[in-house]
Amino acid sequence: MISDVEAILRPPEREMPPYPPKYIVLASGDKMVVRQARREEVPLLLDAIRPLLTVEKDYYDIVAARTYAELLGWKRYRVRDEYCLVGLVDGLLVGLVNGRMYDENIGVSYHTLAIKRGLRVGAHLFAAKMEYHLEMLGQKEVWITAESPIGFRRWMITWGLELRPGIQHELGGVSTWALTKQIYEQRKSDLVFGERPVPEDLLEKAKEIRIPDERTVLEWVVGRKEV
Amino acid sequence: MRDVAIVGCGMTRFGRLEPSLLELMTISSLRALDDAGLDKVDAIYVANMGSITLNKQSLIASALADSLGMVPVHAETIQNGTASGGSAIKNAVLAIASGLYDTILVTGGEKMRVTTDRVLTDFISTMSHFEAEYIHGITLPALAAMFARLYMRKFGVKQEHLAMVAIKNHENALKNPYAHIQQKISLEGILLRPESRLNNPIISSPLRLYDCCPTSDGAASIILCSVEKAREFSDTPIMISGFGQATEVHAVHEREDPIVLKALKLASEQAFKMAKVSPNDIDVAELHDAFTILEIAESEDAGFFKKGEGHKALEEGRTQIGGDMPINPSGGLKARGHPVGATGVAQAIEIVWQLRGDAGKRQVEGAEIGFSCNFGGFGTNVLAFVYRRGD
Repeated sequence: MISDVEAILRPPEREMPPYPPKYIVLASGDKMVVRQARREEVPLLLDAIRPLLTVEKDYYDIVAARTYAELLGWKRYRVRDEYCLVGLVDGLLVGLVNGRMYDENIGVSYHTLAIKRGLRVGAHLFAAKMEYHLEMLGQKEVWITAESPIGFRRWMITWGLELRPGIQHELGGVSTWALTKQIYEQRKSDLVFGERPVPEDLLEKAKEIRIPDERTVLEWVVGRKEV
Repeated sequence: MRDVAIVGCGMTRFGRLEPSLLELMTISSLRALDDAGLDKVDAIYVANMGSITLNKQSLIASALADSLGMVPVHAETIQNGTASGGSAIKNAVLAIASGLYDTILVTGGEKMRVTTDRVLTDFISTMSHFEAEYIHGITLPALAAMFARLYMRKFGVKQEHLAMVAIKNHENALKNPYAHIQQKISLEGILLRPESRLNNPIISSPLRLYDCCPTSDGAASIILCSVEKAREFSDTPIMISGFGQATEVHAVHEREDPIVLKALKLASEQAFKMAKVSPNDIDVAELHDAFTILEIAESEDAGFFKKGEGHKALEEGRTQIGGDMPINPSGGLKARGHPVGATGVAQAIEIVWQLRGDAGKRQVEGAEIGFSCNFGGFGTNVLAFVYRRGD
């Protein structure tokens, strides 16, 4: 009986080609490997996100809470065709992005969570997410929204997204913008970076995710408190 | 005229800070008073540029006097754009030298991260010439970019040189617990790799993000007194042995040579003359590197290097801590941060700490004579100071 109900509740999954890992050199000179997270790694990612659930600064609380729920939904088979890409420096998690396939042609961008701030980690990971939808999954466009002014500047303005009145984004009632394949191709040379293949030693370090401790996460996101 | 010394220093960390402007100024003032072992002074001079515009607080010096419990002390605010800190110090020196006051607290502070970058860029642009520059949309980054372009053409300065200033100052700031930016950067990541276009985008060509200082909150305070009294408060008083000030034609395009920082040159010459030293005698300097190109240009016009050779000295590592002319060991405006009213005072504090031997991991060994210069506008009003150990 339980398995019967589970069969009803668990959405069917499409086959999604994997995201081939790449690496990006950050302003610091550190090499950030971007790779797809495995479903079994979700608990670790949730641990990294948890300290941010109450951080109001720059809407981190909303982004963290929603990303937490989305990843949990993926882990427990309650969201269809979801994926997560992680940014790792020497295996240490510095940011993550997630989204899902709405259908064969349309992708839905969920969230971009930069844990290490000030190095454009979020911008690079968002670009990797668009690359996944439009190049690897072969979709025609990605639906995107933003919760924070920073997100609005980084995605809607920087990428020059198209507003899509009447389309309901899954994140609830806010306006939806689209990154079409055409806009992507126009902006790609300025916004999408990274090298493949990832050298063996870097890939080895990125095999297992290490997460920063709570204090580090808060220091990276909120900054130092003392005056 | 009496000689004047600095006997107390205190500052807040620079960055995006929670306390109000008045709270930040109170904190740095109390730290300076504590450093000097004083609980009152004869006068308070506050350096600030934007408390009315950004924080809706005028009479900030009176507010600080009350906050410190020093009413009815004499107090006034000094506004001279981004050179407010330097101006407040100069006026404090004059007041003590004249014999009117024995002790003065100079506090510079700014609370800038209360609004958007666009509003702040506009706020800073009010220092430009209104009819010739401001109303046409000229901003300080735009002026610095044109300056950099001319400099590159005339002297062969390359973007790599600008990046080297940023890398050096970020490296220094990592050793400064008060610095706003605590982030190592690399030439590869900010310039050489294709992804540097996203890591370090163009702000105003040829200047990129890492060529520009951040906007910061923060406060810095010093206690000045007559040299005769200095020994009562400090074992190592630091003398202000020379100072200078000069103004320059307001609209940059009307200047005799737009890539000569004439006001800085004149102010520095006055300061060296008064201190009876030459640029070669300086062991450590804090320059006003609001943009990376300015550190190179100022190092030349202050007299440390020949005109057009500052970038070569940088290339040779001479301006690093450990080089023969260390510049901006604090991280400079570029990485320590630039809460505009506080900057001139923070520069003085860094030099005092260097000359006292209290600069920790960024200490310039054996520093005895220091220099700082504080820029108002785009070199429109410049103050220069020479400092010397009092022992």
